[in-house]
Amino acid sequence: MEQFADWALNVAALRGASYADARLVENRSRALATKNGRVAGASDATFLGIGVRVIADGAWGFAASDNLARKAVEDTAARAVAIAKASAKVKQQPVRLAPEKPCTAEWTTPCKVDPFTISIEQNLSLLSQVDQELRSVKGVTLAETSMNFQREEKWFASSEGSKIHQTKYSTGAGFAVYAFAGNDIQKRSYPTSYGGQWQSKGYELINELEVVENARRISEECLALHKADQCPEGAFDIILDSSQLGLQIHESIGHPIELDRVLGMEANFAGTSFLTLDKLSKLRYGSDLVNVVADARQEHGPGLGTFAFDDEGVPAQCTPIISNGLFTGYLSSRDTAHAIGANRSGGTLRAENWNRLPIIRMTNVSILPGVDPLTLEQLISSTDYGILMQTNKSWSIDDKRYNFQFGCEIGWEIKNGKRTRLLKNPSYSGITTEFWNSMDAICSKDEWTLWGTPNCGKGQPQQVMGTGHGAAPARFLNIKVGTAYKGST
Amino acid sequence: MLTKDQAAAIFSKLKAYAATDEVEATFYGGQSALTRFANNTIHQNVAEEHYGVSVRTTFGGRTARATTNKFDDSSLQQVVKASAALAQVQEPDPDQLSMPDTAEACGKTAASPSNIPRRYFDQTAATTADDRAQAVETMVDIARHYKLTAAGIFATSDAIEGVFNSRGIADWHQQTSSDISITMLAGNSSGWQKANSPNVGDLDPPRLAETAAGKALQSANPSPLPAGKYTVILEPAAVLDIIGFMFYDFGGLAILDQRSFLNNRIGKRIFGENINISDDVAHPLQSGAPFDGEGMRRKRVSLVENGVVKRLVYARGSAAKMTQSEHAQNVGLVEATGHGFPLPNEMGEAPTNIVFGGPDQPKTVDQMIASTDRGVLVTRLWYIREVDPYEKILTGMTRDGTFYIENGKLRHGVLNFRFNESLLHMLSNVEEMGEPVRASGEESFDMVVPAMKVREFNFTEVTKF
Repeated sequence: MEQFADWALNVAALRGASYADARLVENRSRALATKNGRVAGASDATFLGIGVRVIADGAWGFAASDNLARKAVEDTAARAVAIAKASAKVKQQPVRLAPEKPCTAEWTTPCKVDPFTISIEQNLSLLSQVDQELRSVKGVTLAETSMNFQREEKWFASSEGSKIHQTKYSTGAGFAVYAFAGNDIQKRSYPTSYGGQWQSKGYELINELEVVENARRISEECLALHKADQCPEGAFDIILDSSQLGLQIHESIGHPIELDRVLGMEANFAGTSFLTLDKLSKLRYGSDLVNVVADARQEHGPGLGTFAFDDEGVPAQCTPIISNGLFTGYLSSRDTAHAIGANRSGGTLRAENWNRLPIIRMTNVSILPGVDPLTLEQLISSTDYGILMQTNKSWSIDDKRYNFQFGCEIGWEIKNGKRTRLLKNPSYSGITTEFWNSMDAICSKDEWTLWGTPNCGKGQPQQVMGTGHGAAPARFLNIKVGTAYKGST
Repeated sequence: MLTKDQAAAIFSKLKAYAATDEVEATFYGGQSALTRFANNTIHQNVAEEHYGVSVRTTFGGRTARATTNKFDDSSLQQVVKASAALAQVQEPDPDQLSMPDTAEACGKTAASPSNIPRRYFDQTAATTADDRAQAVETMVDIARHYKLTAAGIFATSDAIEGVFNSRGIADWHQQTSSDISITMLAGNSSGWQKANSPNVGDLDPPRLAETAAGKALQSANPSPLPAGKYTVILEPAAVLDIIGFMFYDFGGLAILDQRSFLNNRIGKRIFGENINISDDVAHPLQSGAPFDGEGMRRKRVSLVENGVVKRLVYARGSAAKMTQSEHAQNVGLVEATGHGFPLPNEMGEAPTNIVFGGPDQPKTVDQMIASTDRGVLVTRLWYIREVDPYEKILTGMTRDGTFYIENGKLRHGVLNFRFNESLLHMLSNVEEMGEPVRASGEESFDMVVPAMKVREFNFTEVTKF
């Protein structure tokens, strides 16, 4: 594969690029799905192509092609240089890259069972078992199951001398069940909503999820929601399960710490950030219990944001984002590090595929579990009055990442330390920093899960990326609940 | 560019490699480029060329799909093999239909390539990085003139889409497109505009930049308004972004799955009498291919007439299932309409060429403002998500140009609102509409929609900017 990179880098240099890198990427994916007992999706895909990124006349250019003939690769590199020179006509300052030592490396996701070696029959049989369990509960009107596998092999080479070969596996699975009755559609999902749980693992994840064992319970909860009371409106203490807290982290910490947003580079689409540069090491982001890291290293766990090198050849790192409540770090790249006075990138630049320009993306942005032992049941026991909310149903946040509103699939009222009545349509809203400063308890490591968000959208053209978010159930005090349904019909 | 003849030759090979009952190939790809600017600088500038072929095989009620972007013989053999391997191990689905032939696909009332408007323009296809940079420079100069900061995109593309099957279908569509989106940022305010067209000559970068700049300047130093119900004037991009969330419920399979807000509501008046909506790929302001994922020609479908949901759209399979279902008598005319997604899929179909019917007396946004005692003008909505699937309650934010209206005049910018609003409620409260225009947003697909003046729009919270 080195020859493709050599062709591209040589032409880029000859055409006047002061820096160039090439990424050759081969993707393989499999997606299986059932709906009400029938196969609703069965597809495989393989893609191979090369993307060439250059700096010429102090500006960026990028071109990509799936034609790997020598002339086509060289033309692609020449086009990237021509595009960079066009970019240079509208620039304020030349691009500045933080230094990075070139390296040669190989890395592969630790993967116990290659998911592509498991027979399609076995996979469909498992989904069928789940489907049967889901629909064994009377009143279910729609049952959906899914299973996804991805393998990404990537060769990176730069004009500075790096040569990096990485192979990453991702696996995801889950199910959702719906019940329509009267004037109400209710839904429950497992292990979480919108595609289930995803991790950078092999087929072993499927075995760990216990999807068949949980199917009937989830259907029963879905039907029970039709008889449940509407979640009350008011200001209450709330406990979020770990998957909902993972999405809360994604939206109200992960996105605002992206340095490209902070610097205005995403202003037209994804938005900017309230975390202006003056807030670094000064803003009280959360309570003393809030400790958040952005950790792409393998030792953090098998997250969708785990890798050895990012897409500009920077090694995976752990950046403290919030330390005992204090805002301490951004997600950065080689061309943005100088803005925060850093002498090195934080290693977060990633591209969706060969045909996309790498941009700053979340890695594994996780809240660390509490130090003192605390289970979810103990947390509930220590709550006089509150609402426990599980599994995301809707999410929305403004374009500076201040005001958010989340809905969950299911809730329970807590009274005097005990779960009491079931509640449907729970929702909560708030302002990011006020919310995180209200956190007064978080469960310990036995309750901590590294969740995968496979569908994070950002950039123009839009790119979808997988990110990881470790979280444990946590309690927040005096939160606005139920506004989503206030006066809306 | 990949041509139809080249695709036909590839399909001949695929047919020869496939030991299956039937085979279908979908071709897609093209050339695209996007120049992105922020902080008055071009900071990202990309171009790509790629093509793919997606192959579907069937074996007696079993079907699956495999996709590749490699067109050598070995890769084509492999993609057929992968599709067959996924299909052959399935339990047969007795409801699965054979692939359509040409006669079934063409129908009598559907759009054909010959009766849709021209959607390919050489000028768009020939746009270079230098051309885009020049237009961006023009917009940045306007930003500098007003002491503002510009961010946005200028994108152009030349794309193909084709469907071939072993029963004779050989559909091909080539189209260009161009988009400009621009945000003008001031110290504590912003303004936004977006436009698109198959013909890059239709775009007017200086006008877009001036309008966005005007909104940023006019909304400077925004002040808070309390949350509550307001008369709002939604510009076309805001209209399309919010109403786009309901059209996936206008497919027959959504009713069969009982996941639609139209369950038990078809044939009833659920919107105001002034709401008329159709799906029409042949409309002069619409775009896209005149055939669906199976190669069925798209028909014009009148979805909503005078506030009453009259019809749904259908893929072939959904139409056949609906005909046999308990819902058949309550959903209006049931027939394949050419709106199916490529098979197999979970969603079935959706109308994606939405055209709003214009009012008898269309009003300009300025006229709507002039007739408003107290209200809010909304340029753009953002991060819209569904809160309740049956009442169709949506939440989201205003963004990039939100203004207070008092006594028929724009008074000042206001801090952005969060809304929680039911589309059933909103489309029952439309007081005035503009002339429908080609509009483009960020949360939904492009549509032909008017600006709307809506009473009692539900703002529930206020953010900090």
